Amino acid sequence: MTEGMDRIAIDVGQVLQRTVTSLYSNLVTRPTGRAVRMAIETRLQDAGERSISLIDLSEVVILDFSCADEVVARLLERSHESPTHEAFFVFRGVHEPHRDQIQTVLERRGLAAVAETRKDVFELLGQRSPAELRAWGLLEQRGLITTDEVDSLEDADDRAGLVRLVERRLAFRSPHTDRIHALSQLAKHLL
Amino acid sequence: MVGLLVAGVVAGKKQGTLPRLEPPESADVTGYLSRMAFFEAARGVFDCDPPARRPPARDSDVLLEITPITANADVHEVIDRVQSKAGSILTSKLGYPATAVVQFSVILSEVCQNIIEHAEAPGWVAAQSYNWARRLGRNVVVISVMDVGRGFRGSLGDEHSARYGDRWGDTTALEAAFLHGLTRFPDSGRGQGIQQIRRQVRRWDGAITIRSGTARIGQVPEWDDQPPLSDGLEPFPGAQISIVLPAKAGE
Repeated sequence: MTEGMDRIAIDVGQVLQRTVTSLYSNLVTRPTGRAVRMAIETRLQDAGERSISLIDLSEVVILDFSCADEVVARLLERSHESPTHEAFFVFRGVHEPHRDQIQTVLERRGLAAVAETRKDVFELLGQRSPAELRAWGLLEQRGLITTDEVDSLEDADDRAGLVRLVERRLAFRSPHTDRIHALSQLAKHLL
Repeated sequence: MVGLLVAGVVAGKKQGTLPRLEPPESADVTGYLSRMAFFEAARGVFDCDPPARRPPARDSDVLLEITPITANADVHEVIDRVQSKAGSILTSKLGYPATAVVQFSVILSEVCQNIIEHAEAPGWVAAQSYNWARRLGRNVVVISVMDVGRGFRGSLGDEHSARYGDRWGDTTALEAAFLHGLTRFPDSGRGQGIQQIRRQVRRWDGAITIRSGTARIGQVPEWDDQPPLSDGLEPFPGAQISIVLPAKAGE
């Protein structure tokens, strides 16, 4: 089920210490967030045409809005702009203290992201429609959905929701099998 | 105390030399100033002879001594430094949950960054808990941030003044930033700091006011009788952000 995807695990706490300075233990200030985001983007440059990255925030104690904007929202936004690389992301360690900041910055930019908010519990954070949320919940429950299963969904909104999830890179449609995969399943080996 | 530093900078600019500051004779007051690291912050602002002897160390209500903010590294230092003390003061004095230290740190980070990104001049931050027994019947934590920069009108003017035309001034600039989240940056992701601080302060039933130029704007809870907007005040150089976080009712 690798689907020709490079799998990348990035520990943001380590990136922070290596990129900015080992003296900083918290992800605060926009320049710091920008430096960390650029370090992550550099790692992604080495990936092939398609990748799934697990961005782990577990070791980050304080995450302010400026850094959440750079390390989560801007990272997603910029990755969508790449004409050559199709990047998918799952954010890990989005515990209660980080959740509000991440939810806010995603909504502000009209984005959404898959996040592990508790151990083995994934949520779709940010801006999402009720149909997208329902479709995502179904996909998350099943792990993958085949083309036949998509066609058999009775509610047209749910079918449209799945299509939107794929377009927004919140789910992955295999170009080989046409099956739609939950990102949490694709990132499982990285967890 | 932070306001005194701003006054010192303004007076120094006017007269071309450091203004003279005589520390008060009261040991209580000088002790308080020392605990807040006022005399360290006053170096380069005032011509001042700090008291010879520092008062003995004791468990104080100082959450964050007066700290100059001139670069992003200062914000990191503030956030690192405040962690242990904020945890104990927020829980013991205000009755907030232990996790509140994270949101408190986020608030501090955002207000400090406001100095660096918008003032383009140095500023100071301090935080302390007080017992507002008569005024509120509760403990509070007060965060005070001031800078001697160009103020909100100056920061936003290039980007937004044309849209406001003749109405542009200190009051409209504060409304633009405080109520509508406008910044001088065109990026839609910017300008969240003050909005999110307001939201968190409201959750804690706190008060936040910003004074800049001749105007002051605030988000005022029921227990506070300040007007939400004042104009025609004495000109204030730069900006002053005050945040008051009260103890949970019944604490």
